[in-house]
Amino acid sequence: MVQKPLTIYENMQMQGYSRRDFLKFASWLAAFIGVEASGLGSIVKAMETKSRLPVVWFHFQECTCCSESFIRSSHPIVSDIILDKISLDYTETLQAAAGHQAEAALHETMDKHKGEYLMLVEGSVPTEEDGIYCCIGGRTALDIVKQAAADAKAIVAWGSCASNGCIQAANPNPTGATPIHKIVSGTPIINVPGCPPIGEVMAGTIVHLLAFDRIPQLDGLGRPKAFYSRRVHDTCYRRPNYDAGLFVESFDDENAKRGYCLYKMGCRGPVTYNACGVTRWNNGVSFPIQSGHGCIGCSEANFWDNGPFYQHLASFPGFGIETTADDIGVVLGVATAAGIAAHAVSTNIRKKKLINDEIEKNRIAKIEKEEGGL
Amino acid sequence: MARIVVDPITRIEGHLRIEAEVQNGKIVNAYSSGTMVRGFELILKGRDPRDAWAFTERACGVCTTVHALASVRAVENALGIIIPPNAELVRNLMFCAQYMQDHVVHFYHLHALDWVDVVSALKADPNETSRIAQSISSWPKSSPKYFSDLQKRLTAFVNSGQLGIFANGYWGHPAYKLPPEINLIGVAHYLEALEWQKEIVKVHTIFGGKNPHPNYLVGGAPCSVNIDEANAINSERLAMVGQLLKDAKEFINQVYIPDLLAVAPYYLDWAGIGGGLPNYLAYGDLPTNGYADVAKFKFPRGAILNRNLNEVLEVDGSDAEQVQEFISHSWYEYSDGNDVGKHPWVGETKLNYTGPKPPYEYLNVEEKYSWLKTPRWKGNPMEVGPLARMLVAYASGRKDVQELVNSVLGKLGAPVTALFSTLGRTAARGLETILIADWGLEFYDQLLANIKNGDTRMFNKDKWEPDTWPGEAKGVGLSEAPRGALAHWIVIKDKLIDNYQLVVPSTWNASPRDPKGQLSAYESALIGTPVANSEQPLEILRTIHSFDPCLACAVHLYDEKGTYVHQIQTF
Repeated sequence: MVQKPLTIYENMQMQGYSRRDFLKFASWLAAFIGVEASGLGSIVKAMETKSRLPVVWFHFQECTCCSESFIRSSHPIVSDIILDKISLDYTETLQAAAGHQAEAALHETMDKHKGEYLMLVEGSVPTEEDGIYCCIGGRTALDIVKQAAADAKAIVAWGSCASNGCIQAANPNPTGATPIHKIVSGTPIINVPGCPPIGEVMAGTIVHLLAFDRIPQLDGLGRPKAFYSRRVHDTCYRRPNYDAGLFVESFDDENAKRGYCLYKMGCRGPVTYNACGVTRWNNGVSFPIQSGHGCIGCSEANFWDNGPFYQHLASFPGFGIETTADDIGVVLGVATAAGIAAHAVSTNIRKKKLINDEIEKNRIAKIEKEEGGL
Repeated sequence: MARIVVDPITRIEGHLRIEAEVQNGKIVNAYSSGTMVRGFELILKGRDPRDAWAFTERACGVCTTVHALASVRAVENALGIIIPPNAELVRNLMFCAQYMQDHVVHFYHLHALDWVDVVSALKADPNETSRIAQSISSWPKSSPKYFSDLQKRLTAFVNSGQLGIFANGYWGHPAYKLPPEINLIGVAHYLEALEWQKEIVKVHTIFGGKNPHPNYLVGGAPCSVNIDEANAINSERLAMVGQLLKDAKEFINQVYIPDLLAVAPYYLDWAGIGGGLPNYLAYGDLPTNGYADVAKFKFPRGAILNRNLNEVLEVDGSDAEQVQEFISHSWYEYSDGNDVGKHPWVGETKLNYTGPKPPYEYLNVEEKYSWLKTPRWKGNPMEVGPLARMLVAYASGRKDVQELVNSVLGKLGAPVTALFSTLGRTAARGLETILIADWGLEFYDQLLANIKNGDTRMFNKDKWEPDTWPGEAKGVGLSEAPRGALAHWIVIKDKLIDNYQLVVPSTWNASPRDPKGQLSAYESALIGTPVANSEQPLEILRTIHSFDPCLACAVHLYDEKGTYVHQIQTF
């Protein structure tokens, strides 16, 4: 006999979690998604009464790093929640069924939960040649995504592939790789960029949808503000070295061994919005800068085409803050004052636009140069 | 004759389609097709060679790091860079961590459901389950209460009517042979392994800053050692690596391997199914005396033809006659004919889709039917992967491998020929994981010893600046990804990438036929595989999953021009 779907609380009880564990989780969740203590009650109530959300997870032009990152989500109870509180009805990576049976599971969910299912997308969609560069079950990704999106409650575009095209959209984008928001309209889309995004950020995004039945606050690029409103540079624990003009000049030099700022090694922290400096990776063990390599900016659109990774940002003309930083490296005496001035400038939103314009100009110039050379 | 189509093949990385013809309950013909392409090599052209590791690493997020490793080696090979011993050890440690995580995830999350019937586990007796668990391992989570709680959780899950990832599985299929109690152990460890796998990857996070896709560096490793500094690899970081490696070894020896050995006896018929090709290729890996000293690799390099374990043939990635790629059944065209083979340094490609217009029911398998090219070694189709590695090591006379293989075969009462099979492939993966768990600790001890002796070097900066490079150079980076032999070929011209090509494990295994009509590993292994119910192609999944398919990196395209370069570095 098929019983009424279990609520999240009932599911947790089945797994042997106590009421106290449940309330602890709910309060952790509240803190995680930035809810005031007074709002905790609504989370608890929501989790006591909700059954599992039907979810379909698509893979298109991708490398599955997002799925891998997702299963790295560290807070133990969260992985249980994700496995047991959502109903992951279609996922090429994990599901038992294959072929027709897998497709049948997908269509059953889409029919039975029309307008109610959550659609997760990993990968970009190729649009050149009518989409023949990615086919599943004999259908193009383009066809599949349009059909599934039409009746989805919301879409989460996992990673840089689905949010901004990522590597296959890098110049010259041979297959016409396109992010989801440029294909789908009319269904809310949450972009969770990164190559991959941090596992806990992915889990946190799902948990937000699950607990509140609404999409998190998004920024102008459709990214959850909770995770993408700060530059890596602004939350970097090596930031004081930057402000003091203390830079690594070569990998593994004496300054590298002291953990100085990696800006001169090409670090993209100053132009990258992500939670790496705060949440860090794999249960907070480290993040790229802490392990000695600059940020490559993997959550920013077009990061593959924003110049060689080891060329530091001052090489982009017009990027005022970095010119200043270069001077800091040379003239240590004025470092602190200049650092503070640079800081003030760097947080200016107008500056970000300038930076992005400059990057775009460089990218276009590069493409034009290459096209001219053919 | 019935044509079965399985598309998508699930529980893999990437997009794979199998079409198989079945006669009298057995597969008589099979076609393997990669149905997605991204265009990596075109994108790499004109980039800084020092950036290539980051691009190629994104070929695959499941076996993350392996392409980064092959890439930095290709660039170092081209430019003549020798990395410090500590950097080699860090790379080896990341390699070992990747294998342990990847093989365990493959066994439990990608492959186990082909052998373990989740629904049958509901009928298990928790007391008996506990007795069996304790008889095969000293793993502590084995009490009757533990299994009974799990069973209740599973029952509630099934009764909820929302089966999630288990929906539409082939539960109750006659090919499932395990008793309910072993199925329940399998389900328990499926969930435990999901928790465990995120721990061992922290080795990558410590040395490379994140996982998936940790950072690599041409010339060494990006992390610096300073035992008197909080901001570097110090005693705390090293202690964490040591603990992770020890815990991983315990999980492998107390959970993964006992489960493998408990399941295998029920499926010994699969030691006679799915053998496929008689040829095996391994590039070898895990240097213990630098990348140039191939004889000192933990995994030896070599090729075996016709299952002749008395002879291991020499493999050379820079020899134009050895590795070649064909496109007669792939959606590409060559300038000088459809049937020629090209060494990767002179490869060329033009995308040329000639398949059916989607939506389609069947591919035209008489002509081109895949985005994968077809690599051959001296004209021979080769299987790559754990089985190839174990066989090449066995045939090369490696004592540790021979002892382990003989002891496990002895326990199962199976001859060496049992390895040439679907079950053999799955067993070989487990066996090498045992070795890797030990080797990881050896590398760790060596790293500590070096640091104790005052050697903290991680990076060779001599050829970092492009103005130290020759005008033209080319190199090969060989490695062993968890799924098999992996190589990157690079041509550098005027400080930039002029040509970059990857020939990856799943291209060897999953490719379509060559111009002579020779089948590649998947297609070959499927022939003779029984199919009890063509609506439930469980047996096809068993054989295909035994290879651990990983398709995203198998499909790519090449630069159209092969450029002559004067400087040739060999390895």
